[in-house]
Amino acid sequence: MSPVLEVSGLKTHFFTHAGVVKAVDGVDFAVNKGEVMGLVGESGSGKSITGFSILGLIDPPGRIVEGEIRFNGENIANASEETLKSIRGNRISMIFQDPMMTLNPVLRIDSQMMEAILAHEAVPKRQAWERCRDALGLVGIPSPEERLQAYPHQLSGGMRQRVSIAIAFLNKPDLIIADEPTTALDVTIQAQIIHEAQKLTSQTGTAMIWITHDLAVVAGLADRISVMYAGRIVEQGLTDDVIDHPLHPYTVGLLGSVPTANKRGERLFQIEGMTPNMLSLPEGCAFSPRCGFASEACQVPPAVEHVANRELRCYHPQSQVAAE
Amino acid sequence: MTAPLVEIRDVSKRFAKRLDVAGKIAQKLGAGAREEVVHAVDEVNLEVNEGEVLGLVGESGCGKSTLGRVVAGIHAPTSGQLLFQGNDVASMSGTDRRAATLAIQMIFQDPFASLNPRMRVEDIIGEAPRVHGIVSRSEASDYVDDIMRKVGLDPSLKRRYAHQFSGGQRQRIGIARALAVKPKFLVCDEAIAALDVSIQAQVINLFMDLREEFGLTYLFISHDLSVVEHIADRVAIMYLGRIVESASTEEIFSAPRHPYTKALLAEAPRLDQRKRDFAPIEGEIPSPLNPPDGCFFNPRCPHAQDLCRADQPKLETIGPGHTVACHYWQDT
Repeated sequence: MSPVLEVSGLKTHFFTHAGVVKAVDGVDFAVNKGEVMGLVGESGSGKSITGFSILGLIDPPGRIVEGEIRFNGENIANASEETLKSIRGNRISMIFQDPMMTLNPVLRIDSQMMEAILAHEAVPKRQAWERCRDALGLVGIPSPEERLQAYPHQLSGGMRQRVSIAIAFLNKPDLIIADEPTTALDVTIQAQIIHEAQKLTSQTGTAMIWITHDLAVVAGLADRISVMYAGRIVEQGLTDDVIDHPLHPYTVGLLGSVPTANKRGERLFQIEGMTPNMLSLPEGCAFSPRCGFASEACQVPPAVEHVANRELRCYHPQSQVAAE
Repeated sequence: MTAPLVEIRDVSKRFAKRLDVAGKIAQKLGAGAREEVVHAVDEVNLEVNEGEVLGLVGESGCGKSTLGRVVAGIHAPTSGQLLFQGNDVASMSGTDRRAATLAIQMIFQDPFASLNPRMRVEDIIGEAPRVHGIVSRSEASDYVDDIMRKVGLDPSLKRRYAHQFSGGQRQRIGIARALAVKPKFLVCDEAIAALDVSIQAQVINLFMDLREEFGLTYLFISHDLSVVEHIADRVAIMYLGRIVESASTEEIFSAPRHPYTKALLAEAPRLDQRKRDFAPIEGEIPSPLNPPDGCFFNPRCPHAQDLCRADQPKLETIGPGHTVACHYWQDT
């Protein structure tokens, strides 16, 4: 089976006055039908720019300088605006952290939801309206007929995020890119949204890229996990492998610094140093200045290697969980 | 037994939206315009003993930040008392009162918004101890160096401005500013929520080191259960302005009694949970402008009975140090 999305050698750089920011610098991954991939990284790691690149949402001074984005077999990297328009919101849709990025504050929910259908299909308005109503019902919004007449500001944060998820699923896309969709929400609301997303992907076969900084969220949701650091995927594999037996020292450090991995009241395992400045990345492996295992070899950037059922960029794979 | 370091008794904080002129006229003419009152904190009692870390957990809008600000003296409570070492702060004399308010310091969530962008770091940290006579002008520079080293900042950077630091470093500056007046008690309001995962661990470790070094007591406010589980000795769970359960950390996490606590524990994402099929509790936190009758949690509670819809449960003690506000805590 060929994957829905196959990204290879993707490089998205920003040409700023201060220098070239290599926000995404050689990223490869694939997502299959019905699969959820967790794309994990800290702020500035390039995880959101990867998502924006797929949808062709990179504005100058940034551009995709290299690589292929194969969507259903067709390369859409640097595709024409016309092609991208027919794909965006139709075959690939996006959910943002802040639902007000998706929603227009001066339009009623029904007008903006119907617009998403009518932009891609010539269907009678009544039919479009019915689809909108059903979509709201699917994401757990009570009395959807009334909610359709509301403006976004009349809804709570959790409700708005449900509406933007409903919009993302409206045209039964092949792929949804969700960028930190639950980060701004409370624990109980986050659990509800994850539950709905899980249900919808398994019902519709839609593939999903779930971008987050929170490993615990994707541990319970994703089939596979890709860990990004400074524009590169440093470790990629099945969720169980990556979470239970991380190999890259950065993944080991991230997992080890989660409080539940440590004994109560004791000092947490910590990754030393700061997240790197993307304008002046260290030579070789970008993680090497913070890495306890760095050696001479790390002065040359490590290539992707296939180790123990996963793809890894590291000369010093770890086998033990740090907390042990 | 000595009095708790900080205690709040029956503290309520209400925010009222006053009627404007048009509203007042409308009211006179018999229209239904009323003042809108939010009960942000509703008759809360808390004690924090010397050297203890109390975790305060709740979702947005539950009043945990307002409560933290009342404890830190930023908001005056609408009713109730704040006691420091057993004495009511409101009825203290001027000097005692200043000493009490200096002893309680606050660390804020957003390290970008809580530092003055036009001050150098040495002034951000050094101004308060100078003003309060903790150090003389001549010693101030060394004093600032010393504090900066304690929180893991390089003193050679003290001539810089806040915007020249990363988020994690800025949070350290905020901590240094609080420590500079030699407090006994720190209110940390979501102090690590805005930081990256790898930086969070560093700041949590710093809090634990400082606790040991200075014998600090914390009120640690967070929505993140795993952080609170790690750092707190006791935990209080808040919902819509009220404490619904409090107990030692071990007991809260091993034997929660309130259905809301149970839901929070079950639904917080954890690393050891994989794809799971579960039914999260439904609904959202109700508007504090218009809370439901009876138990505030009843519209979302899977165990709600008629009694829960009619009568608000009081906090009752169900074991040593374990209180819960639920009519049916024995059944759930």
